[in-house]
Amino acid sequence: MDSVRKNKLAIFLFIFPAALLFTAIIILPIFMSSYYSLLKWDGINKGVFIGLKNYMDLFTSKSVGFPKTIGNALILAVLSVFIQLPISLGLALLLSKGVKGERFFVSVFFIPVLISTVVIGQLWMKIYNPDYGIVNVALRAMGLDHLAKPWLGNQKTALLSVFIPILWQYVGYHMLLMYAGIKSISPEFREAAKIDGATEWQIARHIIIPILKPVIKISVIFAVTGSLKAFDLIYVLTNGGPAHASEVPSTLMVSMIFDRNLYGLGSAIAIFIIFLCFFFAITIQKFFKAEVD
Amino acid sequence: MENSLTAKLKSTITYTILIIWALINLFPLYWMFTFSLKDNREIFGENVIGLPRNWLWSNYTAALTTGNMGLYFINSIIVTGLTIVFTTVFALMASYALNRLIWKGRDLVNSIFMLGLTVPIHAAILPIFIILRNLKMTNSYQALIVPYTAFALAMAILICSGFIQNIPKELEESACIDGAGVFGIFFRIILPLMKPALSTIAIFTFLQAWNELMFAVIFISDSKFRTLSVGIQTLSGSYTTDWGPIGAALVIATFPTMIAYSFMSKKIQQSLMAGAIKG
Repeated sequence: MDSVRKNKLAIFLFIFPAALLFTAIIILPIFMSSYYSLLKWDGINKGVFIGLKNYMDLFTSKSVGFPKTIGNALILAVLSVFIQLPISLGLALLLSKGVKGERFFVSVFFIPVLISTVVIGQLWMKIYNPDYGIVNVALRAMGLDHLAKPWLGNQKTALLSVFIPILWQYVGYHMLLMYAGIKSISPEFREAAKIDGATEWQIARHIIIPILKPVIKISVIFAVTGSLKAFDLIYVLTNGGPAHASEVPSTLMVSMIFDRNLYGLGSAIAIFIIFLCFFFAITIQKFFKAEVD
Repeated sequence: MENSLTAKLKSTITYTILIIWALINLFPLYWMFTFSLKDNREIFGENVIGLPRNWLWSNYTAALTTGNMGLYFINSIIVTGLTIVFTTVFALMASYALNRLIWKGRDLVNSIFMLGLTVPIHAAILPIFIILRNLKMTNSYQALIVPYTAFALAMAILICSGFIQNIPKELEESACIDGAGVFGIFFRIILPLMKPALSTIAIFTFLQAWNELMFAVIFISDSKFRTLSVGIQTLSGSYTTDWGPIGAALVIATFPTMIAYSFMSKKIQQSLMAGAIKG
């Protein structure tokens, strides 16, 4: 058997296509991006090596406006963790109590996760439309004309208006993770607590949530790194505007590279996004580990 | 008495919350479907949220013909279909080599693949763009299929490995005693047992490729190769004042997913969770 398992030709043939693709499309590009981030380069002429200047520009140059995009991404991350995830957890707790139509609700809550972000973006663009959108139509119908505004075109409201659909879309995803987690807890825990006279709230607070910590950890990591990488809905709804009010790192990266031909600076943004994702993923892991100890 | 009253109140609150959230999730779909069948007069004032008075299927004709949605739909099917095929085949082969064949560097290669789970596409977008440009391959199906496959591989290998590890080694050993070689074992023993893994991978990869936007926007500028997500973007740019055909385009892009979901919601939910629980 071992000689069969050591068939060199088979090993090569089996691993080669995946390894080749993976190397060419993921590994090599990471090194290329890191190298580009050290260049002043417009993509046409030869790049000039300038060391870490792009990274310094990211944090010092006012015209690049990078710190603001990080701030926006962090606002999204905070909203995700403290608004989106609690909603998901609340829904998961309600559903797992055993309600009629449990399957139906779970399936409906998951629908937005499956729909393409472009479709969701287009729908919300119409919901926010200044003249005919449902938000303003409803406000006017209630006699609140003064509150009706061009939600996506107003510098003050654009950021939050873009974030609402992003938060809404993935409530169902986190809900499903937590719901599955709760369902896997043995019902005996719950029964025993009930006999001891614990209320629903106490059971959730002291029994379910502590057992659910590993799932919550994954949700927090996904929510935070997802916020740092957010692109699709913002690109569709505002593309970072008006006047960079809703700009996030990804939209800034794409516009630096593909609209303004600043290949080096754009690559520095890409590398920084990856760094932040790893940094937060590890920090959150550590935080939850400390919690357990 | 009081107890049953509070219990009743509690369950009313529970259902109210669940129903409100369900409506929030279903309303955009309902609204999209109804306005795809209305004209502007209805959408913009006379009948904003009601059912359409005259079912204007001509919006769909407009989206499919002048809006090119028919072509974009076919492009999305080609790109997504081939991505699923390549991802599945390569992942099956690689995970067999990574789990059952014996070779030096196996663990290292495996952990490199698993690192791929965490790499965002941002890292690669410019280098891939430059590679494609140098090969004169932007504006082609492979400009999307190749990167989509590469980025779907890590998850697909993870899912496959989970299934392969559960296949008892004795099956392979007895086939070996009967004189089967490594290829015989792979095709006759392993592959038939991997069917449940295939649907999980297919669902995961389908959603990723069908809905992807960033690569599609940047690598494709020629309308001949546009996928649905980019096509809708351009359509909404050219039909800013006529919402009906845009609604129709949105429905066209969404219905394959929704139909599949209505038949196998549980399987689809489990496939998408596979990523989180193991990753």
